[in-house]
Amino acid sequence: MATHAAFMPGAETERQNVLWSWLTTVDHKRIGILYGSSAFIFFLVGGIEALIMRVQLARPDNTVVGAQTFNELFTMHGTTMVFLAIMPMSAAFFNYMIPLMIGARDVAFPRLNALSYWIFILGALFLNASWLLGVAPDGGWFGYANLSSAQFSPTHSIDFWMLGLQILGISSMLAGFNFIVTILNMRAPGMTLMRMPVFIWMSLVTQFLLVLAFPAITVALILLMFDRFFGTLFYVPAAGGDPLLWQHLFWIFGHPEVYILILPAMGIVSEVLPTFARKPLFGAPVVIYSGIMIGFFGFGVWSHHMFSVGLGPVADSAFSISTMLIAVPTGVKILNWISTLWGGTIRFRTPLYFSLGFIAMFTMGGLSGVMHAAPPVDLQQTDTYFVVAHFHYVLFGGSIFGLFSGAYYWWPKITGRLLDERLGNLHFWLMLIGFNVTFFPQHFLGLIGMPRRIYTYAPDLGWNFWNLVSTIGAFIIALAFLVFILNVIKTARAGQVTGPDPWDGRTLEWSIPSPPPVYNFARVPTVHDRDDFWLEKYGDGHGAAPRARPAPVTAAEIAAIHMPATSYWPIVLALGMLLMLSGLMVSTYQIIAGGLLTLFCMYRFAMEHHRPPAGHGP
Amino acid sequence: MRMPRSSSVRTVVLLAGVLLLATSCGWSLWDNPMTTVRPQSDFGRAIDGLFMLISWTTLVIFIAVEAALLFVCWRFRDRPGAPIPKQIHGHTALELSWTVAFAVVLLIIGIPTIKIIFKTQEAPAATALRVEVAGKQWWWEFKYPGLNIATANELHLPVGQAVAFHLNAPDVIHSFWIPRLGGKRDVVPHRVNQLVLTPEAVGEYPGQCAEYCGMSHANMRFRVIVHPKDEFDRWVKSQQAPPVESADPLAQQGKTLFTQSACVGCHTITGISGGQVGPNLTHFGSRASLAANMMANTPDNVARWVENPEHMKPGARMPNLGMKGEQSKALAAYLLSLK
Amino acid sequence: MSEHATTHAAHDPNLGNTGLDHRKMGMWIFLGSDCMFFGSLIGTYLAYKGKSLSGPTPYDVFNIPLTSYSAALLLASSLTMVLALAGLQQHRIKAAAGWLLATAILGLHFVLNQVYEFASFALHEGLTLSTSLFGSSFFVLTGFHGAHVTGGVLWLLILVSLAWRGKLDARDYTKVEIAGLYWHFVDIVWIAIFTVIYLIP
Repeated sequence: MATHAAFMPGAETERQNVLWSWLTTVDHKRIGILYGSSAFIFFLVGGIEALIMRVQLARPDNTVVGAQTFNELFTMHGTTMVFLAIMPMSAAFFNYMIPLMIGARDVAFPRLNALSYWIFILGALFLNASWLLGVAPDGGWFGYANLSSAQFSPTHSIDFWMLGLQILGISSMLAGFNFIVTILNMRAPGMTLMRMPVFIWMSLVTQFLLVLAFPAITVALILLMFDRFFGTLFYVPAAGGDPLLWQHLFWIFGHPEVYILILPAMGIVSEVLPTFARKPLFGAPVVIYSGIMIGFFGFGVWSHHMFSVGLGPVADSAFSISTMLIAVPTGVKILNWISTLWGGTIRFRTPLYFSLGFIAMFTMGGLSGVMHAAPPVDLQQTDTYFVVAHFHYVLFGGSIFGLFSGAYYWWPKITGRLLDERLGNLHFWLMLIGFNVTFFPQHFLGLIGMPRRIYTYAPDLGWNFWNLVSTIGAFIIALAFLVFILNVIKTARAGQVTGPDPWDGRTLEWSIPSPPPVYNFARVPTVHDRDDFWLEKYGDGHGAAPRARPAPVTAAEIAAIHMPATSYWPIVLALGMLLMLSGLMVSTYQIIAGGLLTLFCMYRFAMEHHRPPAGHGP
Repeated sequence: MRMPRSSSVRTVVLLAGVLLLATSCGWSLWDNPMTTVRPQSDFGRAIDGLFMLISWTTLVIFIAVEAALLFVCWRFRDRPGAPIPKQIHGHTALELSWTVAFAVVLLIIGIPTIKIIFKTQEAPAATALRVEVAGKQWWWEFKYPGLNIATANELHLPVGQAVAFHLNAPDVIHSFWIPRLGGKRDVVPHRVNQLVLTPEAVGEYPGQCAEYCGMSHANMRFRVIVHPKDEFDRWVKSQQAPPVESADPLAQQGKTLFTQSACVGCHTITGISGGQVGPNLTHFGSRASLAANMMANTPDNVARWVENPEHMKPGARMPNLGMKGEQSKALAAYLLSLK
Repeated sequence: MSEHATTHAAHDPNLGNTGLDHRKMGMWIFLGSDCMFFGSLIGTYLAYKGKSLSGPTPYDVFNIPLTSYSAALLLASSLTMVLALAGLQQHRIKAAAGWLLATAILGLHFVLNQVYEFASFALHEGLTLSTSLFGSSFFVLTGFHGAHVTGGVLWLLILVSLAWRGKLDARDYTKVEIAGLYWHFVDIVWIAIFTVIYLIP
């Protein structure tokens, strides 16, 4: 087995220019690292946007930033955190871990995988270029019509947002197709669907949500695009257009989107807890079925984001009922997780801390969500800081804590080194305290009448104190992030080197070296159980002994493994698509040029392996 | 590794401290001018009752879940030499029970919810006072069609009488919200939404737009004054009266300036101008604030507003008419004379 | 796409646990996603049906005979597509290429009919994208469908070109099959659009 430099996972077999090897990689592990690093950088960008807002709101009638800048900040903060931080961070884990956990050597369509990443990063850079050009989007991350129309938003700011989201949506959908096929079709022998790890199940549901929910926002954005560029009347009230059409389409996407944001983190927690409690996930089938139900019913609750628009009591009641129904599968999972810990032997390490933080915070966010599910109550809470507190509890306290749990958990697998435990603990406590100091008071602010999306407030409304407290909390969160960055740097330089299984794990990824070789599994395993690796080590407690160690892998076996070749078509195709779509803001010539380049690249992409050299399959 | 005693005590004290803090926070919610938990209308009370039910229920669940979490973490922490625990995969009966229990809790919340949805969206009585609300970037127009009154940014209501708000927006989506009097209702272009409530206590209640509507969304506020019936009737009479003719020479100067400037194209002063773009100014002087409750209606503020609206309110649709010094003072004097 | 991490050296690397080829499964999932896409567009059309404030109505402008002819073209093209696949399977490459070309030509004819229809609406009936809600929703819905057909025609012509140059044979059955799946989908969507827009009053 080849040795690897401590921070360089899965080195390519040919000697290549390093930059070129990364630009043309189709290795899911490298793509995972690209997603993860990009997501983290955008997380910092979104965090800075938040800090500036909190400084502005720390005192009433403040003048740190003006109205326009603040409106841009909250628009970009929301858009960045949802699409450029949480989603790609989840994608980082999908990319790196899914093939490892199902016993595969890569994903179903490796070049499509790379394409997804390049489209994502180009879209992210395109969106943020608006800052540099002084036309950052200012319509909110949800871009309600008809404020977003050409009449009320005449600059290119909305165009950047609109086109940026379209580009990002394409990236997500392509990745969705890829991972569904990978999970359904590339599992190791013996891994039936119910033997898949729960993280894989949550990821599978997430992918289905991606491919089925994004078309709704694609259409919403297309209608907006046509209104803004070609004079259609979809969101023009004067012509009979209904601004609520946007809201319906957006939330038909938007609600499944929040499950897209939380399910991967739930999957991670479902892996971390059993490992650190040393017993299986309690009621794994129920957790899996809950995930499926959430995915399915998640398409039936969208108008709970619209309780104040006047849909009428029948519609309000219907969506209230469906929202309360969906709370059931969401809520019982928490009891499954706590029951996993019950009777276990709990080792407190950083990954576990973050998973525990997830449970505690997500519970709170979920309960405030139950309040929102009642339309009359929601009429006081929606569009206030109460709902801001709610969704930060579920997205930050939930998703982000879950993703950090995964980061600390799988860091040794990806890099071969363990993140420092003391710094990890410090990061956790700072983040837990900072997060609660920032967002718990926002419940109060909402209850005392502070609306959302306001750049300032009067001093005589009683909002001063809690706003100041919230701002202090935000800086504690920032400190927590610095601790994490310090940990990453320290670990890269001199972190503790580890073997394949530092946590005494339960699933397949812990059975291969850390970091894994480029082909992941020298010999594809045959799987007998969800916690197959654990059974291999310890037996099943019913008399079956741990399995005998298999014969060592031979060089001939490794030589027979064929890995996909690198390709530059994904990045060039992504550039063509960016050129074409951004051309809508520039000139018809650019649209045509970009379109032709796109078509050309698609052709070459498809033909690249049309008649492969002998011995490489059809 | 047993946690040392002092550490357990510390944890309990810490938790108790957090709980105390959280509780004391609740106290601070009571007295705020825009609080939602001290309702002064039937609509507000219906909401608050449901909110209390849900809050207590979720609080109990919260305490139970977090306590369970903390307990398992303490009870089943790793000890040196601990064996591999029993590999329990689940317990169907238990999982079924807690699913059913949770569903029952939601039913307990759901049934009153549906009832109150329908109750609070009932059609208003025929005797309800009708107010037409138009949300415009970034101010509020209030018309009382039955009383022939048109005003802006200050809403006067009689206590104890149902009021039916008809909500519309000619430009973008806004949201009409008076937290002390109940929940909000969006104001959507080309759609008339309705909100019905009966204010139950005399007083003054701030309101604010609660749907992001552009640059000065934060500045789109308004004031609601609930009067005893006779006081309200007096207000109605004064609003129905023609505009006051002031003897003050500065005010007269201002009136001349008003009629000769572009002001008339946007503002209505009954008998003098008919502009429909900006707020009705007929009884501007009777209002306590200007620019949608951004600042007090003082001569200084009015003069500064007239001189440079955009400076006072980012993005303000009122153009800068180049009024300076004496001119803006005169206009302010005139406008404030319109009681 | 034949470049794959081999999980079963002895088996076809494109086949997976479900017995389905990766690419076929991928296409089915894409079509499911595209269903939601067209569903949203059709939903928009239905939401705005009868709500236009001005401009010609569907009744005023639609040429049902022409559009029915176009629908028949697409239906026929699905048949030729099936024949193309059969030919390929039976190693009759020339025949397969011929049927693929026929499919492409029928599709192209459909698109040209649509261009004619759009032009006549804009130039003679006073119905454009910005005339009314009907104009907006009609052109966007049918236009995106037409774009899908155009993409399919290009795809088919590339397959024809490959066949003529000896670069397509029975080994590429799955590739042509997924083109077929896409083509049938586009046809079925047209049936739905035709019914909703043109036939239902």
